[in-house]
Amino acid sequence: MQRVTALAESPADARAARLAAAPPAVVIDHASKTFRLPHVQYSTLKERLLHPWRSTTYDELRALNDVDVTIRQGEFFGIVGRNGSGKSTLLKCLAGIYRPDAGAITVHGRLSPFIELGVGFNPDLTARDNVVINAVMMGLTRREAAASFDAVIAFAELEEFVDLKLKNYSSGMAVRLGFATAIQVSADVLLVDEVLAVGDAAFQQKCFEEFNRLKAEGRTVIFVTHDMSAAERYCDRAMLIERGDVQMIGEPHAIARAYNELNFGRLVHEQDETGRYGDQKVCEIADAWFEKDGVRTGEVAQHERVTMCARIRFHEAVVDPVVGFSLRNDVGHTFFVTTSEWAEVATGSFAAGEELTARVAIEAVMSTTKYELTPSIARVGGVDVLDVREDLASLYVHGTRVTGGLVDLPHRFELERG
Amino acid sequence: MTDVVVNTTAAIPVAHAPTRAAEARRLLTLTWTLALSDWKFRFYGSVLGLAWTLVRPFALFGVVYFVFTQIAGLDKRVPHYGVYILTALVMFNFFAETTNGCVQALVTRESLLRKMQFNPIVIPLSISVTALLNLGMTLIAVFIFAIGSGVYPTWTWLELPLLVALLFVLATGVGMMLSVLYVRFRDIQPIWEVVTQILFYASAILYVPTTVAESAASYYRMFLCNPIPAIFTQMRRAIIDPHAPSITHAFETPAYALIPLGIIIGIFSLGLWFFQRESPRVAENL
Repeated sequence: MQRVTALAESPADARAARLAAAPPAVVIDHASKTFRLPHVQYSTLKERLLHPWRSTTYDELRALNDVDVTIRQGEFFGIVGRNGSGKSTLLKCLAGIYRPDAGAITVHGRLSPFIELGVGFNPDLTARDNVVINAVMMGLTRREAAASFDAVIAFAELEEFVDLKLKNYSSGMAVRLGFATAIQVSADVLLVDEVLAVGDAAFQQKCFEEFNRLKAEGRTVIFVTHDMSAAERYCDRAMLIERGDVQMIGEPHAIARAYNELNFGRLVHEQDETGRYGDQKVCEIADAWFEKDGVRTGEVAQHERVTMCARIRFHEAVVDPVVGFSLRNDVGHTFFVTTSEWAEVATGSFAAGEELTARVAIEAVMSTTKYELTPSIARVGGVDVLDVREDLASLYVHGTRVTGGLVDLPHRFELERG
Repeated sequence: MTDVVVNTTAAIPVAHAPTRAAEARRLLTLTWTLALSDWKFRFYGSVLGLAWTLVRPFALFGVVYFVFTQIAGLDKRVPHYGVYILTALVMFNFFAETTNGCVQALVTRESLLRKMQFNPIVIPLSISVTALLNLGMTLIAVFIFAIGSGVYPTWTWLELPLLVALLFVLATGVGMMLSVLYVRFRDIQPIWEVVTQILFYASAILYVPTTVAESAASYYRMFLCNPIPAIFTQMRRAIIDPHAPSITHAFETPAYALIPLGIIIGIFSLGLWFFQRESPRVAENL
């Protein structure tokens, strides 16, 4: 069966098929975790003795709610979610640091027992001592730890600083040391929590190579991140959690999109009314918004189609008014302007009480940031302004790929050697 | 998406769960490593380094010896009174260091407990082991001092490791209990300091155990039920004065010597049970 899939489909599909058939590495079976937050903390024996029967009341915080997923051996599984969504609690439950209240978590194989790099690093000890202690914490014997020491230091590129106390290290150096120590451990299931945020570009590249090696070796990696491009690049599958609930499990690209929507969708808020021009006697702009697939939206993924919309209400009769849209980015650069006149669209004549909705569909080729829409309406010629409402609607453009510049033009990269 | 292994027959490594033996080995290695690094850490940054740990007890011994033998003149009736005080003091210090160190140990190691999976028992154990290493160092100083004062080694000195082991079991049991209690009740710390002070005076450190028999005979048995003076009674006979009563002698009914032993085992078992009951949730309650 494997042979057939390998022949018939792309390597990525073959890998997916192979993973789907692999034995489970981690089974999370309807796991829930609730924290109790007492209203009054009885933290002394004295108070307990003075008020032995006073009952403590508490709030319950559902950190994880019925999480149910099976991660296959050899899978690179991403967990994404906003701050406070329960990612770290889930990781701690996986590592056995917390116990779920309901449900069960079964891990097949050896799990790396830490969730953060450099746990237990003592700032007053040298790198040498810290590496040995850290390795022992991860389950190596002292002899194994001492034997792998040189490899660790070489990987971290810290040969010159071996006998320096850790408190004199830069934070990036400490993380390099932590990562180098962590990958020495031959665990079957690795938990990796947000390691790529620190370290310089060269070291990040090294980490990526290391991830590729782990993938090639068929290790199971559970990877928590905010970096959607990393999630897409490495993960076979990903899971989005929000307030302890699993929102989605699936293909990383879809998860990354959902994550961005979750993040930016919420930021759009009511605008206050400054920057309005024209006397609005003849007509006024009632509303402006962005639409995606016919639905109002505040965010869009790069290269998706999005429509700028404005509704105009007429109080007096007008012939051929000019409707304009202008988009500017977060630093105030006008990025794109169009009007019905330039586009050579005749608007027609309107009587008092009539309404008009104007729509301009564009492809979101711009770089990822926040954009403001300014709709305008003027008499023929465009000089006699009837109504302008600056920054009436906003749009977040988000992407999962790193870009520079103002726009991300559709492009193809080609290389020819020789 | 391109960096995929095309070789679809690549073997997925067979996963093995860690065995109990491997877990136990990890626990011991971890305890030893933490204890050793804590112990080594004491000498870091000090000019005298290791020597300092010997100088300090010697200075203290000098004072104690001078005050109790030359000024108070208490050594007239008790042979080698100064040596007894020093040995008892050093052993009691081990007990006090372990128990008081354990009180806050889980809370100060919070980051470790919250971010790594290991049996939290490693933490009180490593505190006891660090204190034991310190005791070993100071006992060397005590021996030098003892020989200098005319107390010579005999075969009965071999009882000392056993006595220290009993004290270690007692201190660890108390320490385990205190460390999880402190997570719930933060006033355990001042309470335990007071208890330590009481124990200090109740444990025959500045006086010899037989003094109680002479001046307050009705309390003597009760006094010996406390494991610390019971250990010191035996220590005095084994190390310092072969004419002093052994613990079985002191009780007159030898079987009574099982009471302090039972208390040691009882306290340790209780501490272990309580610690194991509380420890799975300790990380989230810190």
